[in-house]
Amino acid sequence: MDFGQIFTLTITQAVGVTALIYLFAAIGLNVQFGYTGLLNFGQVAFVAAGAYAVGVIVLTFDLSLWLAIIVGMVVSTLLALILGIPTLRLRADYLAIVTIAASELLRLLVRSIAFKDVLGGAQGLNGKLGQDFHDLNPLPADFTLPILSWSRQDLWVVIVGWGLALLFTLLVWGLVRSPWGRVVKGIREDEDAVVSLGKNVFVYKLQALVIGGGIAAFGGILWAVAKQSVQPDTFQPDFTFFVFTILLLGGAARVFGPIVGTIIFWFLLAGFGEVLSSLINNGYIDFLTPTDVGSIRFMLMGLGLMLLMIFRPQGIFGDRRELALDAR
Amino acid sequence: MLRHIRLALGVLLLTSVAFLISGSLSPANAAETTITGTLLTPAGVAVAGVVISATDADGVIVSGTTDDKGVFLIPLPAGGTYTVDIDVSTLPEGITLNNEEDASRSLLVLGGEKKILIGLSEGGESGIVAANSGTGERVVQLFADGILYGLVIALGAVGLNLVFGTTGLTNFSHGELLSLGAFTALAFNTAGVNIIIAAPIAIIFAAFVYGWGQNRILWRPLRRRKTGLIAAMIVSIGLAIFLRYTLVLFFGGAPESYKQFAGQAGIALGPFNTTPKALILGALAVIALAATATWLQRSRIGKATRAVSDNPALASATGIDVERVISVVWIIGAGLAAFAGIYLGLTQNTVWNMGQRILLVLFAAIILGGLGTIYGAIVGAMIVGIFVQMTTLFIPTEMKTVGALFLMILILMVRPQGLLGRKERVG
Repeated sequence: MDFGQIFTLTITQAVGVTALIYLFAAIGLNVQFGYTGLLNFGQVAFVAAGAYAVGVIVLTFDLSLWLAIIVGMVVSTLLALILGIPTLRLRADYLAIVTIAASELLRLLVRSIAFKDVLGGAQGLNGKLGQDFHDLNPLPADFTLPILSWSRQDLWVVIVGWGLALLFTLLVWGLVRSPWGRVVKGIREDEDAVVSLGKNVFVYKLQALVIGGGIAAFGGILWAVAKQSVQPDTFQPDFTFFVFTILLLGGAARVFGPIVGTIIFWFLLAGFGEVLSSLINNGYIDFLTPTDVGSIRFMLMGLGLMLLMIFRPQGIFGDRRELALDAR
Repeated sequence: MLRHIRLALGVLLLTSVAFLISGSLSPANAAETTITGTLLTPAGVAVAGVVISATDADGVIVSGTTDDKGVFLIPLPAGGTYTVDIDVSTLPEGITLNNEEDASRSLLVLGGEKKILIGLSEGGESGIVAANSGTGERVVQLFADGILYGLVIALGAVGLNLVFGTTGLTNFSHGELLSLGAFTALAFNTAGVNIIIAAPIAIIFAAFVYGWGQNRILWRPLRRRKTGLIAAMIVSIGLAIFLRYTLVLFFGGAPESYKQFAGQAGIALGPFNTTPKALILGALAVIALAATATWLQRSRIGKATRAVSDNPALASATGIDVERVISVVWIIGAGLAAFAGIYLGLTQNTVWNMGQRILLVLFAAIILGGLGTIYGAIVGAMIVGIFVQMTTLFIPTEMKTVGALFLMILILMVRPQGLLGRKERVG
């Protein structure tokens, strides 16, 4: 077994493009769930909104990627308003069901044959979605990294992606230290108390949903740009639950929670997958086949989410007092 | 600490127990790169002898033919982009593609088993009807289909709603109770037991192992730990993901049918076309639901269940053993869910994410009827079932779930407590 290679592949995935997509969604969810206490089970819809904005603007209408990013922000804001206005007055468990239902509703709509000309139907939109971005790549054409196995194109995405992720983290840090942050944390802890102070709770919740959704939509934009493909069936509800796992792992309501959670989550998931594949391929494990690795990875993830929630809901760096998951 | 260990072990054991029985059952391996899929009519009848071919970028063609289970398998030399063509001329008479564009599609195959979905229509069957039948007949057909679909939803929703009513848990792993029931029956069936015998065994097994056992090992300790309801909801999501991929590991990702009744010939009752198995299952579902309702209305423990649903603290103060009621609710809920799963397995097929696919429809049904209200689940399920089928008059069949989800969001906006729910704060 080549441990060096396993380690390299694992690190590459732990901070790679896919991890970044989840990171953006997790930073957004941290604003909504971690700080404001909104149980948004439809986060994947915002990611899809960003990805589809790029797909439709660049591929269907043949316009610039930069316009697509603006459209992505507008669409995700609209989505937050449409999703939020009817549902944010509901109790947490209702909100959870409605948001997950809305995200599924949206997925079924975009993959339907009715909008195939614009949205690409079940096959989605595939093509040179990120060309405008990749044209700006300053890295030399024959550039290769000494250890990590990214292509030149992926490395460019990873550099910009992490830059943006740090920027958003800084934004969240600033937001939650502001008076606005104190109000939303108050809503999370005791909504009635905040109402009695004369604050319009509904508006604050809506703002949190819009901000978190916008950050998550950047994950979708990154997805479309990096993978040059937008497919409806990748936006399943499970995506949202993985984001929840990441957030709870790193610690919800912690500014660096999403970053820590993402790296650890993908390090464990990828590392486990690589080690198990390698064990199977080298004949150490003969009762499993390489195709089983994927299922076992997801099984462990589900188990991890359960155990995390039962024994350490505050995550690795979280503060248990900070996140009093309700006792209603 | 001991309890912690028991909890963790229990979660692991819970599912593995069921699969030990089918120990000899090896997963459907497909280490090499393949394109696969199953061709079924809307009634769930396998379509054999259809030729499907894949052409790679260099023009090399490989093809496969569906077998008597409707399954085709195209082995590929390597991953890459393929054009997958369905030879429409090999489709049996009266059977057409849902979407003509499905006849040729471009597909990116990375490796392993790539499944493709091919929707078929059959004259006179669910949803898409031959051109010569009138709208009136189609309405009757869809209405009757809706009743049958509503019965499946009701079987699944009753347990979900009873558990919510008595414990407050919004159980996102309830869909997996359907899948587990269907797959337990499949395991017995594969081992050689006729489905008529395997189904009741699986339902009883599900009721006590997946229902009573799950509550005992996981949810009761969590209630004792005073775990919050939202935390418990997230635990149920983790459990759902765990169970779903356990099913993939043991049974593979491809849809499977029970050995008996898979391709039953249809019958016509006036304008309504159906299969005998669907009618018998529907009748059994009505009996099961009626029995549950009578039990809730008449028996001591049934009355106690309604009392706990209404107000657990007050029920407990009057001497009702709340934990016992919850155990019974889990047994009944899991048993009914297993029945629903087998129902779906018999009329369609068993697939690892069948529970996940129906879960949101179950939620739609109980929110419509009233979350936590006992009869609300049944009323809501019938309305959702009929509504969903009727909407296919106007929207494509592939989008019928959209109707259910839309109905749910609508009812939350105008009457959040549901049709049978009492007015209380849900916002």
